[in-house]
Amino acid sequence: MSAVFENVTCKFCGCLCDDIAVEVEDRRILKAKRACPNGLGMFLNYDPTLQSPLVEGKEVEWDEAVSAAADILSRADSPLIYGLSSTSSEAQRKAVELADRLGAIIDSTSSVCHFPTTLGFQMVGGAACTLGEVKARADLLIFWGCNPMEAHMRHFTRYSANAKGFLTPNGRRDRTVVVVDVRPTKTAKTADRFLQIEPGTDYEVLTSLRALIKGKDINEPVGGLPSEQIKELVQMMKTCRYGVAFFGMGLTMTAGRGYNVAEIFALGAELNQYTRFFAMPMRGHGNVAGADQVITWLSGYPAAVSFARGYPQFGPGEFTSVDVLARRETDAALIIASDPMAHFPRKAAEHLERIPAILMAPVTNCSSQVANVILPTACYGIDAPGTAYRMDNVPIRLRSVMQKVRPTDEEMLMRIMEAVKQ
Amino acid sequence: MIGIIGGRVFDPMNGINGTIQDIWIKGGKIVSQEEVDPQKARRIDASGQVVMPGGVDLHSHISGAKANAGRKLCPEDSRRLIRARTGFFRSGSGYTVPSTHLTGYLYAEMGYTTVMEAASAPLVARHTHEELQDIPIIDKGVLITMGNNHFIMKCIQNGEMEKARDYVAWLLEASKGFGIKIVNPGGVENWKYGKNVQNLEDEVIGFGVTPRRILSALARIREELKLPHPPHIHGLSLGRSGNADITVETIKSMEGIDAHFCHIQFMSYGGKPGEFPKSAAVKVAQAVTENPHITVDVGQVLFGPATTMTSDAPFEFSLSRKIGAKWVNNDLESESGGGVVPLTYKRNDPVHSTMWSIGLELFLLIEDPWRVYLTTDHPNAGPFSGYPEVIRMLMDRDFRAQEFEKIHKKAMKNSILPELNREYTLNEIAIITRAGPAKRLGLKNKGHLGVGADADITVYANLENKAEMFAHPAWVIKDGEVVVRDGKLIREQLGRTLYVSPSYEKAIEKDIRAHFDNSYTVSFENYPIAPEHIGPSEKLTCD
Ligand code: SF4
Ligand SMILES: [Zn+2]
Repeated sequence: MSAVFENVTCKFCGCLCDDIAVEVEDRRILKAKRACPNGLGMFLNYDPTLQSPLVEGKEVEWDEAVSAAADILSRADSPLIYGLSSTSSEAQRKAVELADRLGAIIDSTSSVCHFPTTLGFQMVGGAACTLGEVKARADLLIFWGCNPMEAHMRHFTRYSANAKGFLTPNGRRDRTVVVVDVRPTKTAKTADRFLQIEPGTDYEVLTSLRALIKGKDINEPVGGLPSEQIKELVQMMKTCRYGVAFFGMGLTMTAGRGYNVAEIFALGAELNQYTRFFAMPMRGHGNVAGADQVITWLSGYPAAVSFARGYPQFGPGEFTSVDVLARRETDAALIIASDPMAHFPRKAAEHLERIPAILMAPVTNCSSQVANVILPTACYGIDAPGTAYRMDNVPIRLRSVMQKVRPTDEEMLMRIMEAVKQ
Repeated sequence: MIGIIGGRVFDPMNGINGTIQDIWIKGGKIVSQEEVDPQKARRIDASGQVVMPGGVDLHSHISGAKANAGRKLCPEDSRRLIRARTGFFRSGSGYTVPSTHLTGYLYAEMGYTTVMEAASAPLVARHTHEELQDIPIIDKGVLITMGNNHFIMKCIQNGEMEKARDYVAWLLEASKGFGIKIVNPGGVENWKYGKNVQNLEDEVIGFGVTPRRILSALARIREELKLPHPPHIHGLSLGRSGNADITVETIKSMEGIDAHFCHIQFMSYGGKPGEFPKSAAVKVAQAVTENPHITVDVGQVLFGPATTMTSDAPFEFSLSRKIGAKWVNNDLESESGGGVVPLTYKRNDPVHSTMWSIGLELFLLIEDPWRVYLTTDHPNAGPFSGYPEVIRMLMDRDFRAQEFEKIHKKAMKNSILPELNREYTLNEIAIITRAGPAKRLGLKNKGHLGVGADADITVYANLENKAEMFAHPAWVIKDGEVVVRDGKLIREQLGRTLYVSPSYEKAIEKDIRAHFDNSYTVSFENYPIAPEHIGPSEKLTCD
């Protein structure tokens, strides 16, 4: 007999769609209605059966695995706790506590996506709104260096381009969509305007937009765009009712990084003298925004935090995991709900391979191959409930659709904490 | 079992003003002497010391979306105050916006045991509650912003007051809130069109209602639902020169219905809009005095760093443009908005000096201590860790005069502070820092030391320097356990989250569900917060 669970949240990406109908039979998911292909893959591919933890490739009892993990962490002089973007905020809170007790470095996957967004935000601030305001009010949408048609597949229908709200009853027809990118993405094909800029020129283009808004004139092409096109965009931004610029890794991970983001945040803020305008990051993993939130409320800083001195220290470039690893400044790693081996640059990945590592995750991934201890935990949002933060920082409940037999990240972290104390 | 022996007890709720008396504790409550075995009880010698109920703060921004945005925005603030991990206690950082554990530690070390989070939009209340669970020791609650809520404004527009009342009850239950917060009613909605409201008759775009109607509707709903705390109002035109007139008008508009006006220092400016603010403390204090159903907290300015954070999003925008500081804004669907701007109050800034003076003038002019409470609108006018300094200024005229000499000349010229000779007594301090706010919050077991009260007690060494005295209590007892000794934390335990759950007509849920389908991006089913997701809690009855 199958059962259908309504209003289930998909935690695959930062959209956290909470309208999925999940059909379950014999602890297998048969269907995940309304989920996009990305989300569907997560629901259908997860195998919730109990798996033995592995220590050095050998199946062991949980107690043994926990003490092996605790052993690695307590022996280390400079342990790194990394990941957190696909676990629950409850588990994230425990991870920060563990880092505090160990004197470890803690960092989220933002190290390879939106950490520059944090730096830009700390420079100039940022004006944002919730996705429901985008749906209800936005008549101008700019997608800058991001590709929601492939990475956040339901963003358009649930929140932005095609959504219908009280000031946008006709959905797509009530909005203008602009895409700025270095190549014609799938998203660019759906746009009313596609501005293809030369790679590495985001900063120049953004600065020109700000200059024009400030009343300066520009008569030469910038980033490969004729000045008329830039002026037209400025005009659209100044005269819209409620404009939102979403940006992705095309802005945060290319030349300029945090400065690009500071520029787009400053642009958004300045436009508020004419109309309402916002600049917002397209956060990738389901709860990467939560990792920022949790690490911030517990330590004062959102990522790249070291507790080595006994108190939290913030070190962009210093305690960001990629840098810590590339400089070989850590001697053990606890990887939670993420896959650094798949995403880290070679030098960082090589060091991760060299040091003892623990992987706590519901599925096998590239990092499983280098982990000395593997703890196959439950998948929040499928067989464990919890809380996650959407890309606009709205907290959303993750439901469980079946009784769990695996331990959760939270439980594992608590057990490791106990073992470390002894 | 604990006995606090021989201290001078200040328990204004029970009319005890400095008499030497013993206090007995059993099972986390205050009990009569007969109920304890004096041989077995631990005896705390309080002779020569001052005994008060634990401090109660009814307006402080310590958690949730805005506070955390403030932390994230300003690593420079986190570096101003750091605390290392010691044994069982967690590390933390943050001077104006301390991290969660540090917030609990600092309040407890200052003798405060109950704190009300001043504002959370219901949509993000789940976040607020997550943070509150990580603030140890103190009890806390959350005021829920409703002054720009679409469902409520629609009901008012259609004259459906019962529906509005049922919705408010539903919303408080769903968000595990403690009371109704109103921030710039209608102004935050208008801000979504780049506008604001300037007076009580301005129209809220798209709803055909006015700030006046929103205020009076919510005040009446509070009465009907018998909520322990009246509507907690942050009025119109905060921070603007000349806003005292609208503040007085808003106070009068309550027409005899209970209301609390928060951080009125920010609402008591004379002069013309855009020009230098003059003190209108006399005018506002008089309005408070003449309207006995009104209470206020001050929002005293402290010189030094602050972080402004409020649901009054248009205010934050204009502040950031005025001072050129970094600006955070968040518009929240169907409900609210908010902003954050860091700011340093300086003595050599005539406006800041004037604000400082206005706060003290209000404290000294409002004669009834039961109707004015000590706050700094933490961290808007300064961090709560500055309360002891404010207490010293209220109790010590000479110290106040000395501090007055340091402010900007232009502010001095306009100030009546030197003419105000009043000095607060210890009993009055006990009122404005615990008995008064507890009573106004409707917390029957807090703010006093009578039999049956929660055993939240602070014992102070009776020092000449009142700032020293109130900064480092000798003993702090929370729920009957000693948590602080000689100003140092010695025990960590969890506090409770206080919330209300008034009853309502379940039929309303059909309408709310339809509203969700049209206006929200979160489903109706996933919106309410279950009681088991807020940690240790206490449901207050509405009667
Ligand atoms: S858009 Fe993201 S959250 Fe929504 S169903 Fe697809 S993967 Fe899941
Ligand atoms: Zn406030």
